[in-house]
Amino acid sequence: MSLIHLTAWDLALAAALVVALGVLSVPMRLGLARPLLIAAARAAIQLYLIGLVLNALFGAVRWYWVALTALIMLAAAGYEVYARQQKPFAGWFGVAIGPLSLFVSSFAIVVLTLTVVVAPTPWYHPQYAIPVLGMLLGNTMTGVALALDRLTDGMRRDCAGIEGRLLLGQTARQATLTHRQAAWRAALVPTLNAMATAGIVSLPGMMTGQILAGSPPVEAAKYQWLILLLIVAGTGFGVMIAVEWGCRRLFDDRQRLRLERLRTDRNGVSAGKPH
Amino acid sequence: MSGSTRSSAPRLRVAGLCTAIIGPLDLVLREGECLGLTGASGSGKSRLLRALADLDPSQGRVRLDGQPREALSAPQWRRRVGYIPAYSEWWGVTVGEHIAVSQSGMPGPEALLLDPDILTARCDDLSSGERQRLALLRQLQCQPDVLLLDEPTANLDARATEAYEAVVAAARARLGMAVIWVSHDRAQLARVAAAVIVLERGRPVTP
Repeated sequence: MSLIHLTAWDLALAAALVVALGVLSVPMRLGLARPLLIAAARAAIQLYLIGLVLNALFGAVRWYWVALTALIMLAAAGYEVYARQQKPFAGWFGVAIGPLSLFVSSFAIVVLTLTVVVAPTPWYHPQYAIPVLGMLLGNTMTGVALALDRLTDGMRRDCAGIEGRLLLGQTARQATLTHRQAAWRAALVPTLNAMATAGIVSLPGMMTGQILAGSPPVEAAKYQWLILLLIVAGTGFGVMIAVEWGCRRLFDDRQRLRLERLRTDRNGVSAGKPH
Repeated sequence: MSGSTRSSAPRLRVAGLCTAIIGPLDLVLREGECLGLTGASGSGKSRLLRALADLDPSQGRVRLDGQPREALSAPQWRRRVGYIPAYSEWWGVTVGEHIAVSQSGMPGPEALLLDPDILTARCDDLSSGERQRLALLRQLQCQPDVLLLDEPTANLDARATEAYEAVVAAARARLGMAVIWVSHDRAQLARVAAAVIVLERGRPVTP
């Protein structure tokens, strides 16, 4: 079955449903009508623009354009990791930890996938490189942000417990084991759940997209499984790097807990030790 | 300043210890000696103990049995210079996860007027007085060379306080352990300490 092209009328009909929802929410005083319409309009503009960009990229197939696009995606994802935390790390580390952990995990896995597994020609072909990187960055970003938020919040709340362990001669790693484990779980459980229920509870977005675009379902399933494996690996490695670096950053060379290396949180509460 | 009244070997030697709000402070603590530390709330007593336990950064020279602090790893230092904060933390499920049932030469719960079965008690169920006494047993398991006690008997009645002081005295005699004992109770410091330092705004003053 070939691809059914959507007309402006088709899209307008779907948009009308969102407008109707917004209108109906007004008498309920939910305050959602305006954000709903703005978000729908933003999504339309952003997706249209990225469609144009991808069109140009697919036409040109130049490595430097692909690299530039990838770097912009990485910077945006890195910023999002920073912005999603209540108490991000202060200074350069807070800005760098997201992009660095995403770079080491997602980029390495995407390059490996493109050169060894999918192997398009050339290996950086934007039709494969950009969607795969986007899927991976999006999920890894969420995992890394969740892990760092859980780690810093947990360590701040339990600073007395961590210092209690240090006082008994435990190393910083031993004293923070439960906090690192909690950060890992918070980051990976949603991804594992998504993988466990894929195909039973719902069809994942990429597979749905491929089927709608006319791909044979079994081929779409294979790609979806590949992407799920990459997402788990990318999230896992990204979280591993972020949690290890983040945890180390909160101790100094004498294994003292240094919570002042976290920024004051967005509610104005100091991140220092509560004495 | 020296808290010494005996001629035994210096166990802890501190010279020019400074933090943002402490010092400069010098002290020498000899084997088996107990030094009292008092002062108004907020005068820096707990901060001083934290700096000595290497929980907070500090400047100055700190030596243990002649060895500079930097020569020992932080975990080694904290095992040898044990610090029991005013409010001790208890994680895990039961007390037994923190304290071994029987260790030769170590005092048991009964020495502190606690039920021996308390080792099977849930950490969440401990009273503040039980926490304070059990924290002492837990720290003594590390057999520290120096023990820093921050208002250790604040939640204890007279009998339990007496038992606590006796257990610390026995450990000092047995291990040669030196002690810094923080308290607002001058009568207690007169009982347990050979000398007393009064802190005011982070600096020692003449009592």
